[in-house]
Amino acid sequence: MNTRPAGPVARAAANFLFALGLPFLTVVLWGIWSTASTSRFFVGPLTILDAFRQIWIGPAFVDDVLPSLYRLALGIVASIVLGVAAGVTIGRFRRLRETLEPLLEFFRAIPPPVLIPVAMLLLGITDTMKVVVIVSGAIWPILLNTIEGVRATDSVMVETADSFQIPSWERLWLLVLPAASPRIMTGVRQALSVALILMVISEMFASSSGLGYRIAYFQRNYLIAEMWSGILLLGLIGVSLAVLFGLAERRVLRWYHGMKEITRA
Amino acid sequence: MPDGSPLLRVEHLRKVYATTTGEVEAIGDLSFTMSHGELVCIVGPSGCGKTTLLKCLAGLLRPTSGRMEMDGAPVTGPSPAMAVVFQEYGRSLYPWLTVRGNVELPLRHKKLSRAVRDRIVTDAIEAVGLPQATLSHPWQLSGGMQQRVAIARAIAYQPEVLIMDEPFAAVDAQTRAELEDLVRLLHLTRGISTVFVTHDIDESVYLGQRVLVLSNSPTRVQEDLVIDLPSERDQLTTRALPRFTELRTHIYGQIQRARRGPAAAPRSAP
Repeated sequence: MNTRPAGPVARAAANFLFALGLPFLTVVLWGIWSTASTSRFFVGPLTILDAFRQIWIGPAFVDDVLPSLYRLALGIVASIVLGVAAGVTIGRFRRLRETLEPLLEFFRAIPPPVLIPVAMLLLGITDTMKVVVIVSGAIWPILLNTIEGVRATDSVMVETADSFQIPSWERLWLLVLPAASPRIMTGVRQALSVALILMVISEMFASSSGLGYRIAYFQRNYLIAEMWSGILLLGLIGVSLAVLFGLAERRVLRWYHGMKEITRA
Repeated sequence: MPDGSPLLRVEHLRKVYATTTGEVEAIGDLSFTMSHGELVCIVGPSGCGKTTLLKCLAGLLRPTSGRMEMDGAPVTGPSPAMAVVFQEYGRSLYPWLTVRGNVELPLRHKKLSRAVRDRIVTDAIEAVGLPQATLSHPWQLSGGMQQRVAIARAIAYQPEVLIMDEPFAAVDAQTRAELEDLVRLLHLTRGISTVFVTHDIDESVYLGQRVLVLSNSPTRVQEDLVIDLPSERDQLTTRALPRFTELRTHIYGQIQRARRGPAAAPRSAP
């Protein structure tokens, strides 16, 4: 191997370049291939970048991207709040959990997009309807993981709280939620991708604004480069969500990762 | 307040577990009393219901029948007069809290001013010799240090009686000796009444003023033995005393007898 010790800065730079290497290579190959291709649906990366700049940096950002992000954020926050609250309640009572679990598994198994027509009938073509659709899909991984995390709270930790007569409110904040937090975070991570999918789909069905609506519009009007630029933007939103989540997770679960590192060593 | 007045009274305690294969009698008929300021060790063969007894004392388990009184009042559940140090320190300390946070945990709901609470916490952490570790998390510490944190948390709760369930069973011999001396020191300097459950005969003789030897299950008190060793003890000289050897041999014999058959009639001390 390399005998010369590399400095930490040099190593970080090398890692960064290495991480970017494959995406860069893909884009180059794609560019070459698209110039060779005659299909009008297969557009080169430069054309897409150009369309991206023209469409999304401007009024479309306010008209379509912001409403989408707003509904997405609302849907995610509502899923987390409702999922964790219901999950803690169900997880703490064994009878309730055993009664509800088959039903929950059934609801989770329903693909949420089929609920869009129902939600449209009940709630109309509104922001509420779209948020409800997002929550109807994104809540399940959070809810089920929270139930499991709360159920699996260590018995000695519970006995410790019992013996010190920790009141229930403190017990929630100092024992139940932290103990379940690794599972809750797993649920949230799964929920994020579900929420993004449902945001797009709910807008494709019935909407007059939003990213999904815009992409479907471009598609129907054969604006292929524009369509691809919307897909690119969706990808970027997905990556940003993952990065934000990673930062949050590192903060919330610092104790958990630290503990795992030590037990592994 | 080591004034010798009765603190804990257990009368005809019985605990039966209902299992799918029938009833299991964990504790048969167990009675003893303990005075203020005493350090009592409970020793018995493995599987004799030591942990069950301790959980009943701590109010974490309801006995099937019998009475337990603490300062004359019946024990019906966990009480602020008792603090438990569990054997599994790794599962009893909360890994998301720092050492300080863990020690503070049982004080948060007591109506204390910030300053008083801080002083109690600092004092408890210093008493177990961990002032340099207050901001660490438990999992960053060795097993022995973690158990010190659990002890600090228990004394910060300021209980009438400290209940310790085989607290040093999972640490190495060296650490164990240090922790034993810590328990003795806390008992001497703070006069905390302590019930110390162990399966280690030497440990029970070294620590205790009294040793209760339990019989095999269904459990009763096989012998109630006063440890007449000097109250100043140390790991080397005390363990080398002929009396120490006599006492441990005697208890060893009692436990062998307990393991072989049903409880014999309690015998007087040698």
